[in-house]
Amino acid sequence: MTVTDLLSYEDALASYDPVMGLEVHVELGTRTKMFCGCSTALGAEPNSQTCPTCLGLPGALPVVNESGVESAIRIGLALNCEIAQWCRFARKNYFYPDMPKNFQTSQYDEPIAYNGYLDVQLEDGEVFRVHIERAHMEEDTGKSTHIGGATGRIHGASHSLLDYNRAGIPLIEIVTKPIEGAGARAPEVARAYVAELRELIRALGVSEARMEMGQLRCDVNLSLRPLGEKKFGTRSETKNVNSLRSVERAARFEIQRHAAVLSSGGTIVQETRHFHEEDGSTTSGRIKEEAEDYRYFPEPDLVPIAPPREWVEELRGSLPELPLARRERLKKEWGISDFEMQSALNAGAIDLITATIDAGADAASARKWWMGELARHANEAGVELSEVAITPQQVARISALVAAGELNDKLARQVIEGVLAGEGDPDRVVEKRGLKVVSDEGALNAAVDQAIADNAAVADKIRGGNLAAAGALIGAVMKLTRGQADAKRVRELVLEKLQG
Amino acid sequence: MTDIIRLTAAETAARIASGELTAVEVAEAHLARIEAVDEKVHAYLHVDREGALAQARAVDAKRAAGEPLGPLAGVPLALKDIFTTEGVPTTVGSKILEGWIPPYDATVTKRLKDADVVILGKTNMDEFAMGSSTENSAYGPTGNPWDLTRVPGGSGGGSAAALASYQAPLAIGTDTGGSIRQPAAVTGTVGVKPTYGGVSRYGMVAFSSSLDQGGPCARTVLDAALLHEVIAGHDPMDSTSIDAPVPPVVEAARSGDVAGLRVGVVKELGGEGYQAGVVERFNESVELLRGLGAEVVELSCPSFTYALAAYYLIAPSECSSNLARFDAMRYGLRVGDDGSHSAEEVTALTREAGFGPEVKRRIILGTYALSSGYYDAYYGSAQKVRTLIARDFERAFEQVDVVVSPTTPTTAFPIGERVDDPLAMYLADLCTIPVNLAGNAAMSLPCGLAPEDGLPVGLQIIAPALKDDRLYRVGAAVEAAFVAKWGHPLLEEAPQL
Repeated sequence: MTVTDLLSYEDALASYDPVMGLEVHVELGTRTKMFCGCSTALGAEPNSQTCPTCLGLPGALPVVNESGVESAIRIGLALNCEIAQWCRFARKNYFYPDMPKNFQTSQYDEPIAYNGYLDVQLEDGEVFRVHIERAHMEEDTGKSTHIGGATGRIHGASHSLLDYNRAGIPLIEIVTKPIEGAGARAPEVARAYVAELRELIRALGVSEARMEMGQLRCDVNLSLRPLGEKKFGTRSETKNVNSLRSVERAARFEIQRHAAVLSSGGTIVQETRHFHEEDGSTTSGRIKEEAEDYRYFPEPDLVPIAPPREWVEELRGSLPELPLARRERLKKEWGISDFEMQSALNAGAIDLITATIDAGADAASARKWWMGELARHANEAGVELSEVAITPQQVARISALVAAGELNDKLARQVIEGVLAGEGDPDRVVEKRGLKVVSDEGALNAAVDQAIADNAAVADKIRGGNLAAAGALIGAVMKLTRGQADAKRVRELVLEKLQG
Repeated sequence: MTDIIRLTAAETAARIASGELTAVEVAEAHLARIEAVDEKVHAYLHVDREGALAQARAVDAKRAAGEPLGPLAGVPLALKDIFTTEGVPTTVGSKILEGWIPPYDATVTKRLKDADVVILGKTNMDEFAMGSSTENSAYGPTGNPWDLTRVPGGSGGGSAAALASYQAPLAIGTDTGGSIRQPAAVTGTVGVKPTYGGVSRYGMVAFSSSLDQGGPCARTVLDAALLHEVIAGHDPMDSTSIDAPVPPVVEAARSGDVAGLRVGVVKELGGEGYQAGVVERFNESVELLRGLGAEVVELSCPSFTYALAAYYLIAPSECSSNLARFDAMRYGLRVGDDGSHSAEEVTALTREAGFGPEVKRRIILGTYALSSGYYDAYYGSAQKVRTLIARDFERAFEQVDVVVSPTTPTTAFPIGERVDDPLAMYLADLCTIPVNLAGNAAMSLPCGLAPEDGLPVGLQIIAPALKDDRLYRVGAAVEAAFVAKWGHPLLEEAPQL
């Protein structure tokens, strides 16, 4: 990888104004593919979910999946778009081995949804409106696995394996209008937009939108123009940026890179770029010396789509509460700040916290466990919070045990550890590991007496009125009880015994 | 034996149903005929002897068991090699699909099998249905049974020649710009291009999706109608298939009446450049219609002048995209897979070796016409012309019930005459192309021999979309009148092979 010169972020923003365009592909969670009846289930044997149509066999024809169209319309409506009265599919022609027909059935100048917007909330609570150009339907390609190359890319590979299970899975491509006026917050806006879109897609139930599974993929287009200039600069297109953090980093990197090139008198080449997870850099992909010519034309194998207006209105009427409105409501209910809500959103914790509260926990403790111990665990394991092996019901039970005084926080963490280790429900872990708070006054008294005897000097200080020294004795008692004592009660006993 | 192969499909089916003939006897008679004459004609690319006999045996078993038989049960058929057939090679006349065994049946294939029709084999065609002479087949030309040194038309020359040489009483063709009707005309047989969407395209290898249409070929109008009814009708696997009942084609073919019918003669479908004998036979046909009580109306459809030009932008454009899938990755020919070439190079080498010159010509033409900067001038303008042609037809059909014209400007031309002159070749479809662009239905049936060369001339009948039954009503009346006049079907004048 070549080292790229970068200008410092502050210097870049002092001279240039970033303009972004974000293209997000969402894999819909329909049961079958967009143009045939093959299953879309993940994890099947390669090429086991294929048929003449999605393999592009001679003679095979596509038929539109209605539920894909419905999902597209619902996404369009949730993005405040207009829904086309009449639209068509188009063929996007280019050759690639994992594309069975060597054209992608997509939409071109007649998208199903257009002219919308999505309000996204930044960390300080500011709401930024991102305008949507269009949302259109298309199909996914197959998957190539390049064998023998150093980087997994086709270059240098000895051979490639093709899996067409993914070919024909419905995609919705959502394209923003140029995002202007974000200034230094452009990377944050990019991240917040993708995060908000992900929440929206999940709330609609049209996809799980898991970025790490490729169900939501983002291309970041970015250009700079001198401050005060109206005309857009030349853009770079950073492809397949597949986590929220990466979206922010890619935008930031490109701002710094463009600024370095421009400020040294160079010109930006219009090209696609690859993002590198390891160091947050981008490198040149394919240079678009001549604009790629996809030779779009209306797909003659499919009839136009004219969604009846009553159907569209029915879909509009049945949209769920949308994420931003829901977060505003929850923020009030939970009594938390914009920043805290933003953190919960970024961690993917909102649904989990809600479910934990529904299972009986209070808001504060539900949030505390998910955003603290469990978020840390997910982070360490490199998985999504929702994939941590504990249910909201289990978290609620632990929370209830703490509230009842049967566990303290330290013990509760051990219970969580046990649940995550597969030792069973919280109650079972408590029993198996013997994790009850010691509430037997006799045992506790004995432990306190023992601690006083073992730490005579400390005890004297306390007798002399030095209350700060009590901590050391409490610590000693906790040690003797293996952490299972109620610290508050221990303190009371210590002071009772030494100060009378 | 000779008798069996010369029966009509309707008669064959009746004799099998009555037990006078068995389906196996009928299949064997045709297989023997193929054995005897196809070396000269080359109508078939693949004869599925075992498959045909198995299907015939199944029909006989069904009959023996007293199960009901369909109207074409046990009748042999020659299938154009553009329809996929599970387990039986499908080449589309191209080297690029040599050896490919499809894993699925086209809807047409399936409907034929479900109707107990006996598929004898797959017929020769211009590669990917691009051509008007069957000379563009990668597997060699087919001879016209009227004169083996002449072309049988194209692209469905194999199907038409099989009928004309009694190697099958029924055949299936596809018609993108005339590939059913033009071969029918020059071989003295009957061919119908149904309304676009009338017959499913699922499993029919695409040339130009918005123009391609499968249809029946036969030696009589009634046989064509019987076959039409078997293959037509809505197919959920083809989005462009019409979701409406099949027009009553068989009933129309049995009634055959033109009294009071308004027949249009379009100025632009005739005149200069047409062979004298073709014009003579056509005029005679118009007089015959008048004599049968039809009212003849002269019409002008000015946009037809641009039909050929529009067609040669739209069809190549769609084909450039449809044929992109032949990339050596999943099926068919693969060239250069020796470890020294990239996937991209293998695709390029395969396409270079696998496609013939006419296919390449059209892919290049279509790729150009769809390119950014040229799209509006070429593909865009062609689509506008298409709309104008459809409007011309609409206006015509406000005044008349059907339009008639010669099917082709000339009779069958000699093999080799036009292969180096694509434009001359394209002119063979001058009269048939407007119908495809508008999506209407049309038929070609024999209307006599041109005096100067003694070769068959075709009469084209055109009906509005969804009114396919009119073709059969008019066609049956014309056929009956001509046969009465000639004293026998025209094909009996063809030389013995």
